[in-house]
Amino acid sequence: MSLERFINQQTSAWMSGTGPDSDVVLSTRVRLARNLDNVMFPTIFALEEAKKVVERINEAAFDKLSLELLKMEDLSSLQKRVLVEKHLISPFLAETSLYGAALISDQEDVSIMVNEEDHVRIQCLASGLQLKETLDKANRIDDVIEQQVQYAFDEKKGYLTACPTNVGTGLRASVMIHLPGLVLTRQMNRIIPAISQLGLVVRGIYGEGSEALGNIFQISNQLTLGKSEEDIINDLDSIVHELMSREQSARDALMQTSPTQLEDRIFRSYGILSNSRVIETSEAFQCLSDVRLGIDLGYITHISKSILSELMVLTQPGFLQQYAGGPLRAEERDIRRAALIRERLEFEGTN
Amino acid sequence: MICQECHERPAALHFTKTVNGEMREVYLCEHCAQEKGEHLFSGHPAFSLNNLLGGLFNPEPHFASNPSFHQKEIHCENCHMTFQQFLQSGKFGCAQCYQSFDSKLSSILKRLHGGNTIHHGKIPARMGGTLHLQKELQQLREQLQEMITNEHFEQAANVRDEIHALEKKLLDEGGVQ
Repeated sequence: MSLERFINQQTSAWMSGTGPDSDVVLSTRVRLARNLDNVMFPTIFALEEAKKVVERINEAAFDKLSLELLKMEDLSSLQKRVLVEKHLISPFLAETSLYGAALISDQEDVSIMVNEEDHVRIQCLASGLQLKETLDKANRIDDVIEQQVQYAFDEKKGYLTACPTNVGTGLRASVMIHLPGLVLTRQMNRIIPAISQLGLVVRGIYGEGSEALGNIFQISNQLTLGKSEEDIINDLDSIVHELMSREQSARDALMQTSPTQLEDRIFRSYGILSNSRVIETSEAFQCLSDVRLGIDLGYITHISKSILSELMVLTQPGFLQQYAGGPLRAEERDIRRAALIRERLEFEGTN
Repeated sequence: MICQECHERPAALHFTKTVNGEMREVYLCEHCAQEKGEHLFSGHPAFSLNNLLGGLFNPEPHFASNPSFHQKEIHCENCHMTFQQFLQSGKFGCAQCYQSFDSKLSSILKRLHGGNTIHHGKIPARMGGTLHLQKELQQLREQLQEMITNEHFEQAANVRDEIHALEKKLLDEGGVQ
């Protein structure tokens, strides 16, 4: 296992599209924020302290968890960008952290970020909807690390974090969900404010402030204090189930009321993806979303479901440049993106 | 949707204002939003979550403009961060900050966490004392309540016995119930 592999390996296990409820839910992510007791938070800590935190966490996690340590200072900016695009590290860790590091598992389903906003951020990813299992996994990793280090914890306020928005459980659970039916039937604009009132947040796939490319939304808990981890997960789970059933009804309604138009839209998008020579991210995502819907509804049968999550990652600027072996201008990226998608579709066609 | 201010142009900015717990929906066009200074989201480069937090945590303006407020500025003994610095960055310097700023913190936590200020989740295994027992007791009491509500009295009796045993254990270890 090496850095090369994390960078070159195109797909992670969580992109496989094989998990439960993967018709609608692409992936599940759970993150736990922790800090070491008696060490200044990354907000203000000194270089020496930062280095020591990396050593301590690496020692605590290395033996039992078999993870690979990647130090940010050893990586090129392109390599970091690829890791960000694979959701293995955060943009903050890549750009601004002091002695930031990440401990990543072979399967790329576990990534412990060190010296991000907090000393330790345990992140677990899974395919489909697996909130409980993913939380359990994160908890086990948390327990292993805690055997070796003392966390900053307060009886009343729970796990103490640099930002008070994470205090308490330090838990952020999120689900990436593909809702083309609700977007096509124009229901999303009403649903988003309703979800926000329940203490959950809805965002586009690249986190805060990003728009929903390719009808993919990220739903996560907002509150971390006052509720138990299980309750937070259960609340999120029930909302996601509600969204899934509404999405299903929307898809059924579309199939019933305008089957030809729907089929037309799906195959037009397929046509664009398999023939275009230049394609921008937003158009690519929209077409990929349509094609994925076509696969889910049985219109397209010769392409695997994982195409959406895979190409979503692979057609981003960092990956395209990694492939090309050097920096690319925006227009060059659009050409590469189109070529990559065509290749991928042809490959599926021959299999 | 038409702008509430000029009633002419289409609204480009939609947000919800909460003043003293009262929610109000606001629809403004870009022009009126700029005039009213409500153009927070117009792609200002320095805008970030932390600025937003800083704004959220800031005390009432009249309070901040009172000179005595700044003279009495509290700071964290451990990392020397002042409360004002925390408000600006939205991040604490160390775990001790939670203690140091405790008096000002509960209103912030309430706003961020839907009125909650007390942790009800996981407790680190190495935390000593009776914390784990207390948590278990709390869960059993909740279970008992649920069983009584659902009229499962036999099961409830068992849980009640467990609670008694646990309470005794807690007393023996000198903890609070």
